Amino acid sequence: MYDSPLRKTEVDTNESKISARDVQVYYGDTHAIKDVNVEILDKTVTAFIGPSGCGKSTFLRTLNRMNDTIDICRVEGLIELDGEDIYDKRVDPVQLRAKVGMVFQKPNPFPKSIYDNVAYGPKIHGLAKNKAELDEIVEKALRRGAIWDEVKDRLDAPGTGLSGGQQQRLCIARAVATEPEVLLMDEPCSALDPIATSQVEELIDELRANYSVVIVTHSMQQAARVSQKTAFFHLGNLVEYGDTSQIFTNPVDPRTESYITGRIG
Amino acid sequence: MTDELKKHIASAFDRDLEAIQAQILKMGGLVEVAIRDAALSLETRDEELAEKVVAGDKVIDEMEELLNDEAAKVIALRGPTARDLRVVLSVMRMAANLERIGDLSKNMAKRTSVMSQLAQIEGSATALRRMARDVEHMLKDALDAYIQRDEALAYDVIERDRDVDQMYNTLFREFLTFMLEDPRNITSCMHLHFMAKNVERMGDHVTAIAEQAIFLATGEMPKEDRVKEDRTSSDPALSSGADLG
Repeated sequence: MYDSPLRKTEVDTNESKISARDVQVYYGDTHAIKDVNVEILDKTVTAFIGPSGCGKSTFLRTLNRMNDTIDICRVEGLIELDGEDIYDKRVDPVQLRAKVGMVFQKPNPFPKSIYDNVAYGPKIHGLAKNKAELDEIVEKALRRGAIWDEVKDRLDAPGTGLSGGQQQRLCIARAVATEPEVLLMDEPCSALDPIATSQVEELIDELRANYSVVIVTHSMQQAARVSQKTAFFHLGNLVEYGDTSQIFTNPVDPRTESYITGRIG
Repeated sequence: MTDELKKHIASAFDRDLEAIQAQILKMGGLVEVAIRDAALSLETRDEELAEKVVAGDKVIDEMEELLNDEAAKVIALRGPTARDLRVVLSVMRMAANLERIGDLSKNMAKRTSVMSQLAQIEGSATALRRMARDVEHMLKDALDAYIQRDEALAYDVIERDRDVDQMYNTLFREFLTFMLEDPRNITSCMHLHFMAKNVERMGDHVTAIAEQAIFLATGEMPKEDRVKEDRTSSDPALSSGADLG
């Protein structure tokens, strides 16, 4: 009864993309993430939900080692991308982040042209041999970001001159330009109006065909709309992880139910 | 609800949910009275009471409409999920079932005035009233099970519908016997049979309400398929009357 005939909500694959085992994160003495075990599936949108300070963003940032830059932050446990430990000493975080792209809460285009915003990543990773190839990569990324038609005539205009929603889609285009395999999104729509939000959500649904997408959101309706899997975090614990339709209709844990129904958790 | 889960942060949400549940109970109360009065009016040949049942059905219809409006408003404005969503969905479904029971009671009451012109069939009105009383008690228990999230009581109600189906089978056979004995009984027996069928259908709607109580309590509809005890439509031995002559 959970399989809606109106819209395909089930996952397309059960292949694991990222596997986290017994992950602990400490900020100094603070134990921010406790014993998290989760399999993030390929070609699936996974939503992380939970109250502020529950650790969902912290956990998201461990998936591409964004916490490396924080001195007091310590990560324990095993996080594997396609079976490879991403915290292995031999792993170059820059290469890792090319594979695991990220989009942030506020759109943050570089103060450069629209073209250069997207071309930057492919350039530093040496993905293009010549200008023609680079042009092609930029166009493809902007099309994937569902913004090509709006900017194709002004690729030299500054990225910062776009509207908020366009800037965010430009940032998504920038993130997909390096052909990542996983896309992490930390509240990608919180600074956008409802129309721009719908456009980004539609885009996320399209991106699912090629990527594993993980989205942190405070909007439970958004989590329900865009994801196939949902993970509920509370006080650093992963309380419940399951199909989005199950989490929102018949959650197992009373804490999940309290949170999604708007009761004090 | 409030004893098992904490209150919403938005207290108006709690009030909305409590309001629609209070409405469904009120509607259920009116329907219980309709069932009782319809059967009683037949037994006592009380045409005035029968008219009251027919008139009262309008109120029941209006309550269904009101409940659907209120439930739609809660969905639109509050975006309920999980148990809250099940409260709203179950209220809408139960309102439809209650409205149908109201209609069936009305149909039954309408025949009272016809029946008072016709020959009495010994014991049939009393048997019908007993059957209706069982359905009325089942409805009361189904609504109690709903409000108290009592899964066991809801299953008990579903079980008891078998008895109602058995009573219908018995009445069906009795009416056949009367009709075979004397063709002058046919008109009365046809009317009485329609009434018995009305009450049997009410039992099915009460079963559906009990299923909503289970859905609300557990998040899932009861799984096992109920064995249908009304076999008059499929069993030739029951409907031919060959062994009754």
